[in-house]
Amino acid sequence: MDGTERLFGDRSPGVEHHESTANFLSYTVGLGLAVAATIASFVVSQTGLLWEPGVPVGLVVLAFAQIGVHLVFFLHLGSGPDHTNNIMALAFGVWVVFLVIAGSCWITANLHANMMDMPINMVR
Amino acid sequence: MSIITIDRLPTDALQGDGGGLAPTRTVVAYGFWIFILSDIVLFAALFAAYAVLSGNTAGGPTGRELFNLRNVFVETACLLLSSYTCGVGMLCAERRQAAVFLLFAAATFILGAAFLSIELSEFVGMAEAGAGPTRSAFLSSFFTLVGMHGAHVTAGLLWLLYMVAQVLAKGLRAVVLRRLLCFSLFWHALDIVWIGVMTLVYLMGAR
Repeated sequence: MDGTERLFGDRSPGVEHHESTANFLSYTVGLGLAVAATIASFVVSQTGLLWEPGVPVGLVVLAFAQIGVHLVFFLHLGSGPDHTNNIMALAFGVWVVFLVIAGSCWITANLHANMMDMPINMVR
Repeated sequence: MSIITIDRLPTDALQGDGGGLAPTRTVVAYGFWIFILSDIVLFAALFAAYAVLSGNTAGGPTGRELFNLRNVFVETACLLLSSYTCGVGMLCAERRQAAVFLLFAAATFILGAAFLSIELSEFVGMAEAGAGPTRSAFLSSFFTLVGMHGAHVTAGLLWLLYMVAQVLAKGLRAVVLRRLLCFSLFWHALDIVWIGVMTLVYLMGAR
């Protein structure tokens, strides 16, 4: 370890401390919640617990809940000032993901619907 | 004649309350977070392709006939537990407990390798049953999406071996800890992608 590293460690000069939100308890709570969400997803998909047409909605809700658990308890995304940039980047990422997936589904569903209207004598 | 007071600027700049310099650790994590988000956008494109093509089975086997949810549950358990051992291993590394870190790194590696071996045997079984990636658009997008996640897990396992070698050779100094932080972010992000694969591909496809 050279002199610079001993002086400043993993921080820039002028900053006295870094907050560590991670601890053993938060990982254990996160694992418990993630396992619960996973088991709930399998139960919802394999049993008649939910009304049949509502099953995909239930699965999507459980998936988003579990992603939230992972972001908070494993990736330690918080609301502190250290995390403002991370949250902004995440918001932009979520927006791009939404545009790509929802846009693709929308456009191809539209094309598909128009294909269905093709007159029978045009089908070879 | 007025004198500009310069003693107020540094004290304001060095408070660290959002206006000052961020710790190197925070800056490195932010940069790597940007990479992870770009990787997730890549996965979003593959998810979109799968969502569009999943119905086009071309008369071939459907997900309902192919997917074994018991395997998927074991795979998910492996990934969740490996995320846990990875996180706890990071805590030990930050407390400079190298031996305990190596133990948890070994557990992470074994769980990740178990996930990969289950996935590979599933792929081989499907290909042997005539349901390879060339059979239908559904299977092409399935192998691309799930295979891309598997490739990321493979890269993560190689990275983990490399990090263990660094810890053994260099010790748990600050720069190694920052690289470990990036690895753990990558490993946890793969879990988030897997939740999407598990829900969209397997649980919805097997119904």
